Amino acid sequence: MWRFKHSQIYKSIFRHGYEDTKENRIRQIRSNIFLHVHPAKIPEHAMKIRFTWCMGGITFFLFLVETVTGILLMFYYRPVPEYAYLDIKYLEFDVPFGVVLRNLHRWAAHLMVITIMLHMLRVFLTGSYKPPREFNWVVGVTLLVLTFLLSFTGYLLPWDQLAYWAITVGTNMVRSMPVIGHEGPFAVVDKYHDVRFMLLGGTEIGGNALLRFYVLHIMALPSAALIFIGVHFWRIRKDGGISRPL
Amino acid sequence: MNKQERKYVFPDLAFMEFLTAVALTIILIVWALLANAPLMEIASPARSENPSKAPWYFVGLQELLVYFDPWMAGVIIPMIIIICLAVIPYLDRNPHGSGGYSLSLRKFAVINFIFGFSMWAILIFIGYFFRGPNWQIYLPWESWEQVKDLEENLWSLNPVIGLIFIAAYFCLFMILPGMIKKDFHKRYGPIRYVIVMLALASMYFVPVKIFLRLAFGIKYVLVTPWFNV
Repeated sequence: MWRFKHSQIYKSIFRHGYEDTKENRIRQIRSNIFLHVHPAKIPEHAMKIRFTWCMGGITFFLFLVETVTGILLMFYYRPVPEYAYLDIKYLEFDVPFGVVLRNLHRWAAHLMVITIMLHMLRVFLTGSYKPPREFNWVVGVTLLVLTFLLSFTGYLLPWDQLAYWAITVGTNMVRSMPVIGHEGPFAVVDKYHDVRFMLLGGTEIGGNALLRFYVLHIMALPSAALIFIGVHFWRIRKDGGISRPL
Repeated sequence: MNKQERKYVFPDLAFMEFLTAVALTIILIVWALLANAPLMEIASPARSENPSKAPWYFVGLQELLVYFDPWMAGVIIPMIIIICLAVIPYLDRNPHGSGGYSLSLRKFAVINFIFGFSMWAILIFIGYFFRGPNWQIYLPWESWEQVKDLEENLWSLNPVIGLIFIAAYFCLFMILPGMIKKDFHKRYGPIRYVIVMLALASMYFVPVKIFLRLAFGIKYVLVTPWFNV
């Protein structure tokens, strides 16, 4: 083992040892791609659970849980009306732990909506949106909206009654958007050109709608969320870490 | 901030994050083992659910459908909420209370925010637990088999009176804060002041409208050929 640890291969992967020195503690953060989003040192105050409730971090962790479980679910799911529901049933009855996988994906999503709201509440109550963090609050609001959209687009995918009629309620509201919805005030488009048509890929919920919601859910929205999460975290560092009393 | 108060992120914070992640994973797995995500019969356009409830985080908006037209409840109100949330840091000029819990220094901001936040939660709560077939009020232990009366006697205000009411309502928001606190207006500057008061007036219009509907059966305060409020 000692020899291996001093081999070129080991050293090319792990650049430093474990010794508990000040220098090494800093290197452990700075030389690790997953940890380097942190600064090497932070004010004691920023570590208090009573201050942050850990809600931002938990929300991010839930996003990772959603990504991992979501990718696993993609192995079993086909976004076609003929198969979608059967694939969920297959997950439930035939895939080992398939039902647990789906439950994890659903409950983590619900929890994520709750934790992101609580995170926003915490940031507001601690006045953490004040200068210089104004823009990061706006990025946060964007992430909140993306979280809602991710949750919403995931809803249709099981293709059961609950999914179908929940999306019906949602897209019927879109139908009455002012100007760009065909039943809304000041409508300038008919039902074949309005925003609901664009969302559903038709005038009714069918195969096109399922595919669109699927692509939005697994690619478009997560990519957008990932970019904004990156900006959000980067901004925290650039704005001098999480907020503290002035 | 002096140097002594700083701590190394590794291992203290990194381990705390790790432990939180482990704890959360355990909680999620236990939750996923104990409770199954809902799955009903296969989707059928021919058979509509009654009530068909939106996902719970949107039930608050769905609950607003009782009191507002769909484009208000589903589009305008959410858009106002999102835009107003996003511009908060640019409206709030209070330099105090940054980086700590400080209700006493930011009463105005905190009270109004908590009001909006609670309204969101309460509407979801009512929509999720207290609504049954035809979106009528059902207590959680009441059977949905018993169909409730749909009868409602709703009326709308005369357009002139409605317009006066709306105008008076918004004027009240413009004038009242200036009367209660003299420096309010000065602190915000004219444009910021108008935006803040418009936002607050819009937010408090929701409970006002709900009250008017429940107490007096008023469907619309203002009816126009183009839209109703």
